Amino acid sequence: MTEVLLNVMDGWPQGLQTLIVILIKITLILIPVMLGVAYLTFAERKLIGYMQVRIGPNRVGPKGWLQPIADALKLMFKEIILPTGANRFLFLTAPVLAIGPALAAWAVIPFTEGMVLADINAGLLYILALTSVGVYGVIIAGWASNSRYAFLGAMRSAAQIVAYEIAMGFALVGVLMAAGSLNLREIVLAQQGSILHWFLLPLWPLFLVYFISGVAETNRAPFDVAEGESEIVAGFHVEYSGMAFAVFFLAEYANMILIAVLTAIMFLGGWLSPFHGILPASAFTLPVVGALLGDGIHWFLIKVSLFLFIYLWLRATFPRYRYDQIMRLGWKVFIPVTIVWLVVLGVAIKVNLGPWFD
Amino acid sequence: MPEIRNYTLNFGPQHPAAHGVLRLVLEMDGEVIERADPHIGLLHRATEKLAESKPFNQSIGYMDRLDYVSMMCNEHGYVLAIEKLLGIEAPIRAQYIRVMFDEITRILNHLMWLGAHGLDIGAMTVFLYCFREREDLMDCYEAVSGTRMHATYYRPGGVYRDLPERMPQHEPSKFRSSAEVARLNEDRQGSLLDFIEAFTERFPARVDEYETLLTDNRIWKQRTVGIGVVSPERALQLGFSGPMLRGSGVEWDLRKKQPYDAYDRVDFDIPVGVGGDCYDRYLVRVEEMRQSNRIIKQCVDWLRANPGPVMIDDHKLVPPRREAMKEDMEALIHHFKLFTEGYTVPEGQAYAAVEHPKGEFGVYIVSDGANKPYRVKIRAPGFAHLAAMNEMVSGHMLADVVAIIGTQDIVFGEIDR
Repeated sequence: MTEVLLNVMDGWPQGLQTLIVILIKITLILIPVMLGVAYLTFAERKLIGYMQVRIGPNRVGPKGWLQPIADALKLMFKEIILPTGANRFLFLTAPVLAIGPALAAWAVIPFTEGMVLADINAGLLYILALTSVGVYGVIIAGWASNSRYAFLGAMRSAAQIVAYEIAMGFALVGVLMAAGSLNLREIVLAQQGSILHWFLLPLWPLFLVYFISGVAETNRAPFDVAEGESEIVAGFHVEYSGMAFAVFFLAEYANMILIAVLTAIMFLGGWLSPFHGILPASAFTLPVVGALLGDGIHWFLIKVSLFLFIYLWLRATFPRYRYDQIMRLGWKVFIPVTIVWLVVLGVAIKVNLGPWFD
Repeated sequence: MPEIRNYTLNFGPQHPAAHGVLRLVLEMDGEVIERADPHIGLLHRATEKLAESKPFNQSIGYMDRLDYVSMMCNEHGYVLAIEKLLGIEAPIRAQYIRVMFDEITRILNHLMWLGAHGLDIGAMTVFLYCFREREDLMDCYEAVSGTRMHATYYRPGGVYRDLPERMPQHEPSKFRSSAEVARLNEDRQGSLLDFIEAFTERFPARVDEYETLLTDNRIWKQRTVGIGVVSPERALQLGFSGPMLRGSGVEWDLRKKQPYDAYDRVDFDIPVGVGGDCYDRYLVRVEEMRQSNRIIKQCVDWLRANPGPVMIDDHKLVPPRREAMKEDMEALIHHFKLFTEGYTVPEGQAYAAVEHPKGEFGVYIVSDGANKPYRVKIRAPGFAHLAAMNEMVSGHMLADVVAIIGTQDIVFGEIDR
């Protein structure tokens, strides 16, 4: 497709050509992500509905499938209320600061071999940097609202994200050690071989820490103290309405998907098929079945959906942690666990423990 | 040197965890509560004053609306006080019916409490599970009184009418297919007693279901164990009653200590906590649901075997049968007198208390011999509990305030009255 485009643009300035190609690629990534976000909210309401012996949305469109569209339309036409005491500039900047990094991080995500916007060598570092920037949106929103509930939410969120960012960072160091690269594509390729070669097994504790920290980082139940409904109403975005609120909402769900995607890439081998090493190599050359059994974006999507399901499952099952308990869990459990496992991992790599590090 | 002030947070009255219209002014040091000042009165409806201006029977409906999640128990307290003044006693069958519906109400209340408490702490699935069972019990209310919530079923001298022989059934509609309706009507083929019995059979398993979600859940325990501890001595000093008192380890239950109606004829146990924290109160209430279920079962068996009148036969106090009015002049006069001016109650005063799901619900009536009370005073259990709010939350964090409001099982209908 890129070739067709380049042919059309033949003779245009080189810089313009690159720009247009990149813009088209960005659109091709963002539209599915945004649709994913919209339908994740729908999936959430449906799944949790069934878990709670009720039906969930079923009126808008066939079986309720147009519900997210209706929600989006409603939010777009709502007034954005600026509280009197709010700092106007920061109040409106905060949602942008929240959604910007949540979307920018998608640039380095490899969906399959070669399907990536920016195949940079510091991919993991880039992700870590951008997910940390997201917290500014939350803090600034809480501060600019000039509301006590929002302020409490912002304070909680700041402390929580700092704590979990460290645990998350250490978990990523483990991946980096195991893969020997910061490039996300190479991290996936380092897990090639069979289902046993995925980093899930050697990095099991880091996997748990990473995913749970991810849940905490995205302010999802049971770590949703920053917006704890029954305590501080909606936390940092209590004063937001209409599209400004919707942007926070989009950012939260985009981050959820991002964490699920990263977990799939780093611990479950991204787009790699689980059948390698189990089925004979000839199985993958079969006409249609071979494509389904072999590597491909479908495995990637299945793995991501699995983690998203766990996200929703957690929300339906667990009560909310208290703020100090979250901090205790982060600092006193997760960080020591990751550090200990880094040492174990170092030893394992040093002695070339098979089948992963030989 | 800047002046350091505490953070004052206005919690409610419009707050998801305010259980209606509680307004708490919290003085906080960061997340830690220094002082909590509950403000009440936002749901004041002058029930006591209204009752002074109406014949006795016409206030029964107001009693439902006091604690609007345990309706019939409120009625029971009021009706008992009038019976005490009149010196009458309900027929034994009516007493059993009252006991049965008191316990149904207790389950209704505790289910509402469990759901709301869970939701406050963030476990939202329990809420919807609880409402599934509440729906069945609401249907019992509806079958017996015609109303799902504010039943106005008890009367001085018995209950308004006997239990229906046929349970009302669902009908197919645009939203319910006939297959679904058939499933819903499965338990409703017989009488109300059959329906209640079927409920008592399945309910223990449902309670187990709630418990699997919460009782051993680490997060639930972290959020409730050691939160809002009240020592037994302090609980007595603060005037606690009901599960709040029993959670602290004081074995006090009016159903056992001062049995009213048929409570001395049924067999049940009083669960008692040891620690006096939110978790113990949770366990006490869950066990109370199981005990209530036991009582209901006994009542169902007794009511099946013993038909009889459900109202006393004194037509100065209770209206005559409808058919009698067609033939009998005297019956017509009784009916007219009762429904225009009501009955008069001898001069005097009486206090009657019931073990309401939230604690001791007492009604104190002073009569000057007229057809309406001179004064009605309602002792709402929640009022004493809310008064202890400051003491219970001081030193805890903001999230614990929510847990403690939940554990107190606050309903503003009865506190503000």
